[in-house]
Amino acid sequence: MPNATLATSASHAKTGLQKDGYILQQLVTKDFKLRYRRSVLGVIWSVLNPLLMMMIMSFVFSYFLRGSNVENYPLYLIVGNITFSLMSEATNGGLTSIISAAPLLKKVKVDRWVFPVQKVFSAMVNFGFSLIAVVVVMLFFRVAPTWHLVWMIPALLLLMVFCIGISLLIGALAVFFRDMIHLWSVALTAWTYLTPIFWDLSLLTNSNAPQIVIWVVKANPMYNFLEMMRCAIVYQSTPTTTVLILAVAWALVALVFGLIVFHKTEHKFILYI
Amino acid sequence: MAHESEFAVEVNDVSMIFNIASEQLNNLKEYFIKIMRHELFFKEFKALKHVSFKIRPGEVVGLVGTNGSGKSTMLKCIAGVLEPSEGEIVVRGNIAPLIELGAGFDPELTARENIYLNGSLLGYSKDFINEHLQEIIDFAELADFMDMPLKNYSSGMVARIAFAIATVTEPDVLIVDETLSVGDVFFQNKCEERIQHFIDSGKVTVLFVSHSIEQVERICNRAIWIEKGDLRMDGPVAEVCEAYKHQFA
Repeated sequence: MPNATLATSASHAKTGLQKDGYILQQLVTKDFKLRYRRSVLGVIWSVLNPLLMMMIMSFVFSYFLRGSNVENYPLYLIVGNITFSLMSEATNGGLTSIISAAPLLKKVKVDRWVFPVQKVFSAMVNFGFSLIAVVVVMLFFRVAPTWHLVWMIPALLLLMVFCIGISLLIGALAVFFRDMIHLWSVALTAWTYLTPIFWDLSLLTNSNAPQIVIWVVKANPMYNFLEMMRCAIVYQSTPTTTVLILAVAWALVALVFGLIVFHKTEHKFILYI
Repeated sequence: MAHESEFAVEVNDVSMIFNIASEQLNNLKEYFIKIMRHELFFKEFKALKHVSFKIRPGEVVGLVGTNGSGKSTMLKCIAGVLEPSEGEIVVRGNIAPLIELGAGFDPELTARENIYLNGSLLGYSKDFINEHLQEIIDFAELADFMDMPLKNYSSGMVARIAFAIATVTEPDVLIVDETLSVGDVFFQNKCEERIQHFIDSGKVTVLFVSHSIEQVERICNRAIWIEKGDLRMDGPVAEVCEAYKHQFA
């Protein structure tokens, strides 16, 4: 509540941010524990899942993608897949984060932005485990990393900012219109096909696709984040300036837009959840 | 601001307006149909109308009023769960809201994990919970069940833990909303003792809601009567309770 001032004593967190930080940590821990509780393989699933997916998809697709320029298709595929999954998992979580925090928001005063942001952090933790799968693939195909690997850091930071922005936006909208939940699953499916995850952009350019289609794909935020990740791990080169600019721009646009919508609507959440 | 800080709770001209829609609109289709039919006009319901009062540190204040008069809305505004539509509320110090206990409790987590989760939501620091974990467990008298998932607990056991966490520290402002009917008779007495202990310390400001006028008269030294969203009376507990009891006479 903006118009209430709270002083604190030693038993309580010193600042609001410290309190929110601890809440975030607790919620991420809770999600992590609940995700793997009572499953035999537990956290190994986070590694196994992308690996199995990669095997199936590369078995199917590597034959009909022969015309493309991709050199190491399994590695190309798994990097694209886990990066896109990070976004879809984070935003799917953020989508219902406010609605599912309803019992909590009705009981205690807590900063509401914590919930969408927590879902993005939880998705990041799972992503961290799926990176092990990437290491396995790199070892298997004897791909040695180069210094370009550091591009992963800005790529992931920007993608996180982007996901936080989207989560704030759709999390807030879903409170007022439950339709968002259905709409978002359609949007994600469409987005999966629009993003070169299992296909490659050269397939479009080689087949003389209309310029407009290529522009749409290249402007697609996920294409740019995927390019940055693939430059770091697969191509081992520096991302082009266009990709960098677009990635930064998308992250900022999403964050600012998400923050504005969230800030304008958050006071009414309690009346709709 | 220094001269104002003699108050622990300040409620300045607070109004709370709810929009009562005939039904809740949960999707776009319904929304557009309503717009087309020009039915999107809500009936306003004022749960609180320009209520103002100030409470000094250490005061024990009872809120009285009939059902639906706005008492709980008032408490929720003070606890920060609801935001007032108009006016402002200033609370100086930590609040222990015993309005609804056990925020964020997850049935799949163990009691120990839930203590940390709930504690973080109440704003406790990690070190503080670490230090006082044993104290919480002792008060709840559930030491043997700490690593059992909460879903296997009885509702009374859950309430014990929730109360123990919420009151482990001496708060500056304590808000009690008839939650004391938790657990068995022995635990209820224990809870009342702890609250009485806070009251006796003279440092804790207590806001107390109960339908039992007798209980309010016994515990509080000041009472505020809210009726249909209006502040009807504010004064010494005996006077207010007397007037409240004779309103229908």
